[in-house]
Amino acid sequence: MFDFVSFIPRAVVQGIPLLLGSTGETLTEKSGNLNLGIPGIMYVGAISGVIGAFFYEQAAGGDMNGFLAVAIPMLCTLLGSLLMGLLYCFLTVTLRANQNVTGLAMTTFGVGFGNFFGGSLIKLSGSAVPAIILTNTSGYFSASLPFASKLGAFGRLFLSYGFLGYLAVIIALAASYVLRRTRVGLHLRAVGESPATADAAGISVTRYKYAATCIGSMIAGLGGLYYIMDYTSGIWSSDAFGDRGWLAIALVIFTIWRPNIGVLASFLFGGLYILHMYIPSGMNLAVKELYKMLPYVVTVIVLIVVSMRRSRDSQPPASLGLSYFREER
Amino acid sequence: MNKTAHTPLFHVSRRAPLPWYGAWAIRGGALLLALIVCAFVTTLVTGLNPLSVYGTIFQGSFGSARRAWVLFQNLAILLCVSLAVTPAFRMRFWNIGGEGQMLLGGLAAAACMILLGDRLPNWLLIVVTVVSSIAAGAIWGAIPAVFKAKWNTNETLFTLMMNYIAIQLVAYFIIVWEVPKGAGKIGIINQSTEAGWLPMLGSYKYLLNILVVAVICALMYVYLNYTKHGYEIAVVGESERTARYIGIKVERVIVRTMLLSGAVCGVAGMLLVAGTDHTLTTTITGGRGFTAVMVSWLAKFDPLWMIFTSFLIVFMERGASQISTDFGLSSSFADILTGVILFFIIGSEFFITYRLNLRHTGKEAD
Repeated sequence: MFDFVSFIPRAVVQGIPLLLGSTGETLTEKSGNLNLGIPGIMYVGAISGVIGAFFYEQAAGGDMNGFLAVAIPMLCTLLGSLLMGLLYCFLTVTLRANQNVTGLAMTTFGVGFGNFFGGSLIKLSGSAVPAIILTNTSGYFSASLPFASKLGAFGRLFLSYGFLGYLAVIIALAASYVLRRTRVGLHLRAVGESPATADAAGISVTRYKYAATCIGSMIAGLGGLYYIMDYTSGIWSSDAFGDRGWLAIALVIFTIWRPNIGVLASFLFGGLYILHMYIPSGMNLAVKELYKMLPYVVTVIVLIVVSMRRSRDSQPPASLGLSYFREER
Repeated sequence: MNKTAHTPLFHVSRRAPLPWYGAWAIRGGALLLALIVCAFVTTLVTGLNPLSVYGTIFQGSFGSARRAWVLFQNLAILLCVSLAVTPAFRMRFWNIGGEGQMLLGGLAAAACMILLGDRLPNWLLIVVTVVSSIAAGAIWGAIPAVFKAKWNTNETLFTLMMNYIAIQLVAYFIIVWEVPKGAGKIGIINQSTEAGWLPMLGSYKYLLNILVVAVICALMYVYLNYTKHGYEIAVVGESERTARYIGIKVERVIVRTMLLSGAVCGVAGMLLVAGTDHTLTTTITGGRGFTAVMVSWLAKFDPLWMIFTSFLIVFMERGASQISTDFGLSSSFADILTGVILFFIIGSEFFITYRLNLRHTGKEAD
């Protein structure tokens, strides 16, 4: 019998970094910026948090203040990913550079940045294994409600996660509300669909693009932080984050640009990502590799179906990937 | 609303097209700035004086005959993928699936070498290998193109996903063909018989790859600039409506161009598997499918300039990896330096297309 009580929580913790990443990318894409730098930004976010936590642990020695232990890494992460978001905006919005090229360059840079400073910190800590271990800080991040473990299956399914997990769901729902129900969201969507129209209506295209991309980057950066501090229990090793950044971009398509669908979809993706660990043992090992293909295949199918149906509310933003210059219409 | 007349410090306007040397002067300036920043960063990290940073980079690329050959081999493969994605970019089809198309080409080559290794005479085996990798790459490239042509499916996202599907497909076959069972890797294919290995020219392991890519580069230049197909690609890229109006079958151009793009990527994968590495791994492409996007764009989609831009990227990568070996730094140092250079050059494009007009202080009175 398939063990759902152990499978679902693991799928959820796999899904949360993807949820944060895809919520951030959805906001960004709604402003017409296709930010392929998200994988790099998530790396930078993660390593910034790790650097913050590392130096705080060193400075505090034995007695750590719970609030500072959480606040310092989070601020570092937000700052690191904000800088990446600003860089992307400066190049694509102010200097009107090609978004695909800029994004790919940011991913190259960000992954290199993460692994490089990760490697330097490993040297600095003089640890025997090639990893940075921040179990103490991670303890604060992954602390769940004290009575959760007493509630049996219910507790494990709904209450066993660290606070960032719940924050991720709240951010996704809030983003969805802002996008669909508020004036700011309406303006943002206008910028993404037709910047020229938005500009004519008096909306500052530049300001909306900057704001959406920077906030989106910060949310995505938190995804990196969650992965390190909660999922891996505070252990950073090179390339640990893998290709999850691309999976987050896939999730944006899968959810047809709706963060609220993303909540459940990210858990589904998390489940697909680890499904290969749950197939009956004794089966051909090679088949496991085919299972890992599932999230991408599903995304491609959604992409195709969406484009075939041509329904107007499930299309990518019309000006996605294009720079806007007022004098060029 | 503020009543005082607010004039911004400068405003942006489009400039008349620069002559080619003007544009390249700006890019050269950006590159120079980037190199200064790179040296500065390296000095900060290693304490090396900036001039010897360049010395080490040069050493890492040309320090010995072997290093120079490796440099040119990497250059050839990167150039090959960059050439492959260029026709697609010229018609504004963002093929960032070079990685997957290369892998499929490599997979097909490995499949022929493993399955047919002892059944066919060697010359026939090589022909079959080449043809099947070209076909595999072309098919992988054409799948997103068909959907783009028929339903306007977003090709950037589609080709991106196809990369990961290809990686898992390769991972699957690696386990199917693993030697010995349970090793999780294929090892050197046909090590004893060397069946299906591309022949070595003289004693130079990489020479054949370099020559093949040089030929592809010349052909691609002619194809894009002097043939009817190349012209059709350019028109579709500039304006799909114009293309339809003058009777170009846009759908056919999209699929045909992606078949070509995928096929050349397949060749690159084949050169890696049958030409030099003689094995297949999921990381054999080394991210070149993504780097190629930047190389091609930096060269403004011109095959001849691409030789220079791919040289620049490979040169910096090899140099930075030399720095990181010398100083015991993480090998990711190269990625950071490459990133810095790319940011500068990407930013410099703005100053080629646009001009900043500073505020004229005398005019503020009106």
